[in-house]
Amino acid sequence: MRKTITIDGQEIPYTEGQTIMDAAISADIYIPHLCHDPDYEPHGSCKLCTVSVNGRNCSACTFPAMEGQEIINHSVDLEQDRKRITQMLFVEGNHFCPSCEKTGNCQLQGIGCYLNMHDNHFPHFFANREMDASHPDILIDQNRCIFCNLYVRASQEKDRKNVFAISGRGINKHLIVNSISGQLKDSDIDIADHAVHICPTGAILIKRTGYQVPIGQRTYDHTKIDAVTLAKENKQHGR
Amino acid sequence: MADKLKVATTSLAGCFGCHMSFLDINERMIELAQHIEFDRSPITDIEHCGPCDIGLIEGGVCNSDNVHVLREFRKNCKVLVAVGACAINGGLPAMRNHFKVEDCLNESYIDGLGVENAQIPSDPELPLLLDKVHPIHEIVKVDYYMPGCPPSGDVFWTFLSDIIAGEEPSLPYELLHFD
Ligand code: SF4
Ligand code: SF4
Ligand code: FES
Repeated sequence: MRKTITIDGQEIPYTEGQTIMDAAISADIYIPHLCHDPDYEPHGSCKLCTVSVNGRNCSACTFPAMEGQEIINHSVDLEQDRKRITQMLFVEGNHFCPSCEKTGNCQLQGIGCYLNMHDNHFPHFFANREMDASHPDILIDQNRCIFCNLYVRASQEKDRKNVFAISGRGINKHLIVNSISGQLKDSDIDIADHAVHICPTGAILIKRTGYQVPIGQRTYDHTKIDAVTLAKENKQHGR
Repeated sequence: MADKLKVATTSLAGCFGCHMSFLDINERMIELAQHIEFDRSPITDIEHCGPCDIGLIEGGVCNSDNVHVLREFRKNCKVLVAVGACAINGGLPAMRNHFKVEDCLNESYIDGLGVENAQIPSDPELPLLLDKVHPIHEIVKVDYYMPGCPPSGDVFWTFLSDIIAGEEPSLPYELLHFD
């Protein structure tokens, strides 16, 4: 028998072992997410994908789909929670979009616009974050890191290396590089690595490729992140 | 016709780019002038803000004078609006927040490239710098935000048209930018 769950009143199929996020993506339903990429093991850290499952809030990217689940993805409360989460991500780092090369292509910014976020609501941390420009081709700007952990997973799961990790707690949390000097130039990183291209924000950038697409003509400038993400992730799933 | 809405504007720690962008509504300014009149603003040179309907604040707060001006606006304006990235999150001036004020002053006035007759300005008329640049919502309550660096002329137009029409201001996706 076909197994189904219900998202916002719509009945959708799932197969055993799928998460709610997997089932939603296959059914062309967008659940906002930042730390999740269907190519990697779920991490469940950003909490943007919070949905209500039979009345309890869960992370859709880690929660298994199960028969009889009644899931709410869109409600005033959930949208408000997601907006607050996004605002926390903004004040925790140093996001000066006008001076960031990723602007318009950035998933964090794209989520902000999708959620109709106009301000950051909370007081800003203005945390001290480091930059690492040591590598000839790759730049790390930790001011924009949201600790999605995708670079860690990409380096381990796909590149079969172990270049990145996250260290520290709270305001001192930061990305660390696996090399004797701690600098990227002394690590195993290669410009072709998945880990270099997975960053949803402007924390990992490729040098000498900036501003090739002018501001105003970028991915999320005219298309909302739900449409962009579904198109991309369905393709990843070979549909 | 109903009385015109009173609008006050100011630039705190901003670059005036937001004010310039406001002027990008071009000939629509003539229509706007039928519905609003300016109180304190760089456009009028009125020095202090009287009771107003709308206060538009460009720029964050970087010195003691900014704090006083911002409070004057909050006291007098029914609706206070943070205009542009600097007012909303401190913007580019807030990139100095990772350095000590002393280091910033030394870099600009003592050790900077091509500085002659090096000295740190200390005229009593000059407002004192705060140790950090703050978004305005950290000092006063803000009612609305117009994101962008700067927000486009269309953002100003849409926002003010909504208020003039007595509607809750909202921005369509196309006009919502953080850059
Ligand atoms: S990483 Fe994204 S949100 Fe952060 S400054 Fe860059 S464009 Fe803005
Ligand atoms: S938001 Fe941009 S245009 Fe407006 S004052 Fe700040 S730097 Fe200038
Ligand atoms: S996408 Fe599920 S927690 Fe980040």
